[in-house]
Amino acid sequence: MKNVSYIDRPNRPLFVYAVLFLAFLYVPVLFLPLFSFNDSQYIAFPIENWTLRWYRDMANNEPMLAALMNSIRVGAVASILSTFLGIFGAKAVTRYRIPGQEPIIAVIMAPLVIPGIILGVALLILINRAGITLSLYTVTLGHILVCVPFAMATLMTRFEGFDKSMEEASADLGENAWWTFWRVTLPMVFPGVLASLLLCFTISFDEFILAFFLGGTDPTLPLYMWGQLRFPQRLPNVLAMGACILLISFFVVFFSQWLVRRDPDSPKSAG
Amino acid sequence: MTTKQSFITIDGVSKHFGDVIAVDNVSIDIEQGEFFSLLGPSGCGKTTLLRMLAGFESTTSGEIYLDGKAMSEIPPHQRPTNMVFQNYAIFPHLDVSGNIAYGLRKDKLGKVEQTRRVDEALEMVKLPGYGKRRAHELSGGQLQRIALARALVKRPKVLLLDEPLGALDKKLREEMQLELRALQESVGITFIFVTHDQEEALTLSDRVAVMARGEVLQMASPQQLYNRPFNVEVADFIGQMNFFDAEVMDLQDDEALLDVQGLGQLKASAEGEFVQKGASIVVALRPEKLLLSEKGDAGDENTVKGELSTSAYLGSRSHFFVAVDGCEEPIEVAGQDAGFGAGESLQRGGEVWLSWARESLVLLPVT
Ligand SMILES: Nc1ncnc2c1ncn2[C@@H]1O[C@H](COP(=O)(O)OP(=O)(O)O)[C@@H](O)[C@H]1O
Ligand SMILES: [Mg+2]
Repeated sequence: MKNVSYIDRPNRPLFVYAVLFLAFLYVPVLFLPLFSFNDSQYIAFPIENWTLRWYRDMANNEPMLAALMNSIRVGAVASILSTFLGIFGAKAVTRYRIPGQEPIIAVIMAPLVIPGIILGVALLILINRAGITLSLYTVTLGHILVCVPFAMATLMTRFEGFDKSMEEASADLGENAWWTFWRVTLPMVFPGVLASLLLCFTISFDEFILAFFLGGTDPTLPLYMWGQLRFPQRLPNVLAMGACILLISFFVVFFSQWLVRRDPDSPKSAG
Repeated sequence: MTTKQSFITIDGVSKHFGDVIAVDNVSIDIEQGEFFSLLGPSGCGKTTLLRMLAGFESTTSGEIYLDGKAMSEIPPHQRPTNMVFQNYAIFPHLDVSGNIAYGLRKDKLGKVEQTRRVDEALEMVKLPGYGKRRAHELSGGQLQRIALARALVKRPKVLLLDEPLGALDKKLREEMQLELRALQESVGITFIFVTHDQEEALTLSDRVAVMARGEVLQMASPQQLYNRPFNVEVADFIGQMNFFDAEVMDLQDDEALLDVQGLGQLKASAEGEFVQKGASIVVALRPEKLLLSEKGDAGDENTVKGELSTSAYLGSRSHFFVAVDGCEEPIEVAGQDAGFGAGESLQRGGEVWLSWARESLVLLPVT
């Protein structure tokens, strides 16, 4: 204990709290992959026979694969468009002194705090009024609305940690605004762009309420899974699917964190 | 388009940021190939003036002409100026070669020629073989050289430098000063150099504009600034100076009879319109223009008796502070090597004599 500074000293109550907290967060989630290897349809301990057959079934499950493709398509388009809008929004609010900047940011960030169900109903009424048929396009539109604030928030940190004189140096060396954007601004905020793409994709991929209100006949994956829950015998299939999504999400988050850390000029490490 | 005489003409330029007047009606003419410095304390508007030359700030009023062309409508990327930024602004996502070649895209040089130009630029700043390094692998001095190479490879008409040596330690800074001056002479490009370090400005420049509160106080060669400052503020900013309140007793032709506080009555050549009979003025004397000795002639008007109060050892030389009756503050004297040695034989509290040449007296108006 002698050589341990005050701040490094072990703190037993805090440690216990951390363990309990993590258990509370993750134990329920871990039941999902566990029971996906259970041969029985019923979720009960002890697990008697282990199997991989729910995973094998997935490969032949045409409707599920179609739903998965729908989700990927919606997620890809929504994340790319939100990030695109986010780049310009973040650049505008961090670079230029716009009159009424604070209220503008508040309005852009509002979908973060508006309950999804309200947003869903509001959009549904609007889209019906406009006479647009519900489809994956309308779902994508809704997802862009909820993703843009996240994209903005992610990119704004990146733009704020970005020295304005870099863009001036580019102009000084003869490049106009367009080339400066491509040759300096974008490469320098690129880790933020990737992080935003991944974040928006994850948000869109597991979004349920808007997909429920704004979707047409083609379901996204969460909608499909929800539909399957009506049939008890399909529960193990859903569990296997959920386990796969969990694994992939984990890797996506891990990858995006790694990207941000690896970057030597990130505002965090450069200070 | 107005054609002006000088290579660069800053014509009555002002810049206001809301209520703050950063640059106040500044007019400067700069010749081609000149090493020109803007010198002044922090916040006096040096950077703002430089940024108006580069085009990053618009002028509130006035106009800047470069090579005969009015600049106000020309955006930064079309101006024949290049800048070395205070923080160097080296692109972190590019290596050193990429940084130096950044401004060459539009020249469409072809790979071989471009590589040659980059290598040449690295050679010029004495960093050959550094092309593959990244900004975070370089020291402050190296970053500074890369920033210089990146700007010079564009072969600008004017190079703007914003306190480029400010972040370097003293030894490196002195080295870089010599190199910078040599580089400027070899490329023959007009340099406009911003600094708050008076020694740096005097060492490097052909001419210096001393600024304060957004205004130019005096614009002159280093020698003139040092020996003939316009007013107390400039004199105080450039080097060390002793100031004495004085009154003009009599004025005959070019000669004034002064009653100087502490120094008594003495004659000096009257320069400047403020030297009028009966006027209050300030007399200034450089520490190195004063001679310290143990014996003196009380009859000589350019001599005064005092008492040694403290001395400060500055390495290469010593400064002594001598209390003189009638002066509020002790007079600062630079110790000379000749005659008095380093002044080691002097006793604190001992009697000493100060003398000076009549030409060393600088007459300044009261502010
Ligand atoms: N973008 C700006 N907005 C408002 N005030 C500014 C801005 N840039 C400079 N100033 C003000 O103008 C004055 C001169 O600044 P600056 O040119 O940076 O001085 P220096 O480079 O001599 O230290 C300062 O008072 C500074 O606060
Ligand atoms: Mg400055």
